[in-house]
Amino acid sequence: MARFLIRRILNMIPLLIGITFLSFLVMSLVPGNFLSNLKMNPAISPQLIKEMEAQFGLNQPLLVRYGKWLWAVLHLNLGTSLAFNVSVTSLIGSRAVNTIILSAASMLFAWVIAIPIGIVVAVNQNSIWDRILSFLAFFGMSVPNFFLAFLVMYFAMKINSPYLPVGGTYSVDYAQLDWISKIGDRINHLILPVFVLGIAGMASLMRLMRSQILEIKNSDFVRTARAKGLPERTVIYKHVLRNALNPFVTMAGYGLADLLGGAALVEAVMNLQGLGLLLLNAVRSLDIYLVMGSVLMGTVLLLLGNLLADVALVAVDPRVDFSSMGSQ
Amino acid sequence: MSAAPRPFTSLQEAPPARSNSYLVSLRREWRMASWPVRFSALCLLLFYLLAIASPIIAPYDPTYQNRRLPDCPPMGLHLSAPSEWSHAFLYAYPMTMVDPEARKSAEDRAGKTYVHLFSFGHLFTTEPGAPPFFLMGSEGLGRDLFSRIVYGSRVSMFVGLIGVTISFGLGITIGALSGYVGGLLDNLIMRWSEIEMSLPSFYFLLALAAIIPSGMSAVATFFMIVAIMSFISWAGFARIIRGMAASVRSVPFVEAARALGGSRWRVLTRHVMPSVLGYAIVAATLSIPGFILGESALSLLGLGIQEPASSWGNLLAQAEDVQNLARYPWILIPGVFIFLAVMSFNFLGDHLRDRLDPSSRR
Repeated sequence: MARFLIRRILNMIPLLIGITFLSFLVMSLVPGNFLSNLKMNPAISPQLIKEMEAQFGLNQPLLVRYGKWLWAVLHLNLGTSLAFNVSVTSLIGSRAVNTIILSAASMLFAWVIAIPIGIVVAVNQNSIWDRILSFLAFFGMSVPNFFLAFLVMYFAMKINSPYLPVGGTYSVDYAQLDWISKIGDRINHLILPVFVLGIAGMASLMRLMRSQILEIKNSDFVRTARAKGLPERTVIYKHVLRNALNPFVTMAGYGLADLLGGAALVEAVMNLQGLGLLLLNAVRSLDIYLVMGSVLMGTVLLLLGNLLADVALVAVDPRVDFSSMGSQ
Repeated sequence: MSAAPRPFTSLQEAPPARSNSYLVSLRREWRMASWPVRFSALCLLLFYLLAIASPIIAPYDPTYQNRRLPDCPPMGLHLSAPSEWSHAFLYAYPMTMVDPEARKSAEDRAGKTYVHLFSFGHLFTTEPGAPPFFLMGSEGLGRDLFSRIVYGSRVSMFVGLIGVTISFGLGITIGALSGYVGGLLDNLIMRWSEIEMSLPSFYFLLALAAIIPSGMSAVATFFMIVAIMSFISWAGFARIIRGMAASVRSVPFVEAARALGGSRWRVLTRHVMPSVLGYAIVAATLSIPGFILGESALSLLGLGIQEPASSWGNLLAQAEDVQNLARYPWILIPGVFIFLAVMSFNFLGDHLRDRLDPSSRR
């Protein structure tokens, strides 16, 4: 176990270096830089621009800049945001927590609803509920996140309930609330985005659950279990379900990429203070170190999610062993 | 049908008239498809028609601003009295702004604006100079939303096709090369694709979209977006193609073909390619929605297609202002089009998978 973990974590290092270098390269291809806007301003002297360039290290060659950035990152220093003039670490920290809360909550929401539905639908294959729900799942899979977000916001505004605030991470008077109301306020603000993000995940989870169970329902060991005279409940819950759960554990980790991407869009549309919105604004203002920090943070979240999924897979499935994993 | 009896009709699958065999098989496919699949096929056909014939289908110039009628709601269409049929079959009540402060428009029951079909070089339009007819309302600058949607379909419907062509081309070439050459190159390519696959793709897409210079023409921007999204998505295909090419090499029927003396080219084109092709078509169809959604998302966030050109994504950008959304809900109509396009490709891809690979049918 320990050896597997160490190897997986060591494997992440070249990946992280590759990804950050790629992002650095991309940002250097962008025409102009953060100072381009300031240059247009006649009130700012060219002398000052030169000084700022030197201060932010924007006048050095790409490799030197990347090397310096990497060295700083090793010391847990993600640099200074050019637009906000504070350290990137402090900006990203709270935003990343918001994004993690949003993603985790919508994942939970999707799982809690999708898996039971998937089971019921698969057990009663071709019933009217199976057809209706499978069709709805296709619907849910095809609705674009941002469109659903707009629709939900529209209806929330029509309802105009204080428990369904439209957009934002917290209310205007958040700072004056006591801590219980603070938590309540945050939860109220989470309902709509979690619903939006949950729907898409729910639909694909339900389809996967259904097809998994249908596949396993026809396998030999299930027939044997029935032949032994086990009651149908035991067959389904003990034999079919346990074997159907495998791909879900993998999906939980690897679906994280979609979830992060979806979260970024929903954050932008619903104005939630998350990593995605931060990155979007950083991209718009060409705030290179903030972009790099956000991409790095997103990548680390993703890789950690995949790692957790692999560990969990070993926990639920005795057939998978560590020595065969991570060697690829 | 010839009257002469044909003894072995059951063995003679091909109908005698070869010219319409394609139509016959198309009709057979149609009969086999379920109604959601038929609906999807019709939807896509309609959308591609919108894209190809947009100057005819769109009633107005998509950039013409009716300054007096911003944010006008969709108008109802009425059937004219029979005495007016020589003039036009349909009419609508023109809208006028009653409350410029709140941008409220109301129907003016006194006047009529006639909607002419197949006139003035459009599918339907009003006389030049007459009050405009907004089928789906107008947006903030008084431009006809329906015309903008029709022109926007060009972007959304072709971004998927071109994107898939590029990323599949890249994926197949690189994947096959990697599997065929092997060794160091294979190793390098696979490590590189691993890097691309562990990227948080949407984050990276945002970062990449910053490369697009702001002054670029809409067409150039379109191709930049396609290139960026293909660049992100080729790695997955390459890995799968590499795996399949490697596994198919040792399958008995390929070995048999090789043992019978088939040249490498013949084995590749007659045996290996067809067995991979079905998968490739399904995967291509199912990856088109990703391109459509990617472009829409970028344009929605203002990083993609820029005004005054329209795409289904950037038309939705108006709804980002919550007040607009509450007052003028019809600005969400482009989202319905995105949804229908994505759903149609999903249904079709799923159906194709069942048809091309019977073993995966459940």
